[in-house]
Amino acid sequence: MLRPATDTDGAPFWEYAARGELRVQACADCGEPRFPPRPCCPHCQSFASEWRPTSGRGRIWSYVVPHPPLLPDYAAQAPYNVVVVELDDAPRVRMVGNVVSGAGAPLDSLPPDRIRIGARVQAVFADGLPQWVLERP
Amino acid sequence: MAGLRGIKDATAIVGIGQTPFAKRLGEDEKTLACRAVLAALDDAGIAPGEVDALASFTMEETDEVELAKAVGLGDLTFFSKVGYGGGGSCATVAHLAAAIASGQATVGVAWRSRKRGSGPRPWTNTTVQLPTPAQWTRPFGLLRPADEIAMLTRRYMHEYGATRDHLFNVALACRNRANQNPAAVMYDRPLTREMYMTSRWISEPLCLFDNCLETDGALACVVVSSERARDCRRTPVYVHSAAQGLPAQHHGMVNYWNDDPLTGPAWTAARHLWKHADLTPEDVDVAQIYDAFTALIPLSLEGYGFCGRGEGGAFTEQGALEIGGRLPINTGGGGLSEAYVHGFNLITEGVKQLRGTSTAQVPGAATCLVTAGEGVPTSALLLTNRS
Ligand SMILES: [Zn+2]
Repeated sequence: MLRPATDTDGAPFWEYAARGELRVQACADCGEPRFPPRPCCPHCQSFASEWRPTSGRGRIWSYVVPHPPLLPDYAAQAPYNVVVVELDDAPRVRMVGNVVSGAGAPLDSLPPDRIRIGARVQAVFADGLPQWVLERP
Repeated sequence: MAGLRGIKDATAIVGIGQTPFAKRLGEDEKTLACRAVLAALDDAGIAPGEVDALASFTMEETDEVELAKAVGLGDLTFFSKVGYGGGGSCATVAHLAAAIASGQATVGVAWRSRKRGSGPRPWTNTTVQLPTPAQWTRPFGLLRPADEIAMLTRRYMHEYGATRDHLFNVALACRNRANQNPAAVMYDRPLTREMYMTSRWISEPLCLFDNCLETDGALACVVVSSERARDCRRTPVYVHSAAQGLPAQHHGMVNYWNDDPLTGPAWTAARHLWKHADLTPEDVDVAQIYDAFTALIPLSLEGYGFCGRGEGGAFTEQGALEIGGRLPINTGGGGLSEAYVHGFNLITEGVKQLRGTSTAQVPGAATCLVTAGEGVPTSALLLTNRS
């Protein structure tokens, strides 16, 4: 499986994720959240930022179900779902991830037909990566 | 704009060239590039030694030095490469038009050579994944361009009620035109609704026929001033208007992180294109719209102003994209059914339409829109055969 190839801007996200926290970068001056992380605020141009905790709750904004040809580790689990989740705390912050049956479960642990746009999900963590579970399984 | 002449009708495409298109060609990319460029210059009746400008894609593997010394170009005073894959196709011509109109060069060649059919799929190279934005997508199995665009497609279908039949209308129009074009990879392979609806998935909601071909091939075109074009051997195809587009807060293929992910670079390019044109979308007789994926067509139809927001799916109904329809598109078969060479075949097909030499000619076509990839920083050309 591919691990995040992180950079200076993204590293704090993954450090918090390793501790089981879903945080988003926000401007320390004007307060606007931004994603993906970047060096300065596109609203007020401030270089001061903070990593704001979130509730980890959101709704599925869209999803796909990839089929082979895929990289071998992913092909072995295909078809699986990939979702974009819109966070309750910051609607423009949309996270790509997978809805699974429980923390640490494989990508194909939930039948794709259980996924619906608008469904409520909650972040869980396994192996330093956020995953998502349905609030009403 | 006061005081600026701009590029309107200042330049014209006077030569086009292409190699055969196939899943596998024997020659390498550099050789194919040379063949396409020489064919375009021959078509124009211009000697290689007269060329003083080049433009291509940052993803092009043959650089200016190699091409120029192989085919015997003259002293170059302008050379430019455009990024973002298929978003750069029309910008190569736009850069040459700007250079020639501003006096930086006199004879420009744009080209693209690619062995995407027999070469590797770019997404399989995991060592070159960019930290941003791939760190936010690839670990979760969003691996390929098809997956990234399928995500926007699902949302588009959800918000506006677009259906797989709308996407099929796009695939069918391109295939029908390819069936008229002996150079097309899919020339002898008709498509039916049954084939489309029962084909294998690539990334739901996109199936096999929603994805472009994987092709080996190369193309080129020659751009000169309109004054000189009138002395060339072919009907000049004027660059009436040209634009690039990178919208504020756009994220490329994974444009999920702004207020309105379903409006993309097409909207930005279109505003500039029409602002600098004497024409409107109603004046377009035929369009060549970048089609790496069927879903890019309804988005582009909206972006370039052929219909309203969310109406791109419905626009495809009742044969609108076929010859004789409201807006015939991709009349050589496009990336879906002629060849996928990062959209360069859409430029050359636009030229053929305005010369009256397409294998699926729109009668009396005088104005053609050509677009580069929607969903990435893009570009577009408005071509005419009247100056
Ligand atoms: Zn700020």
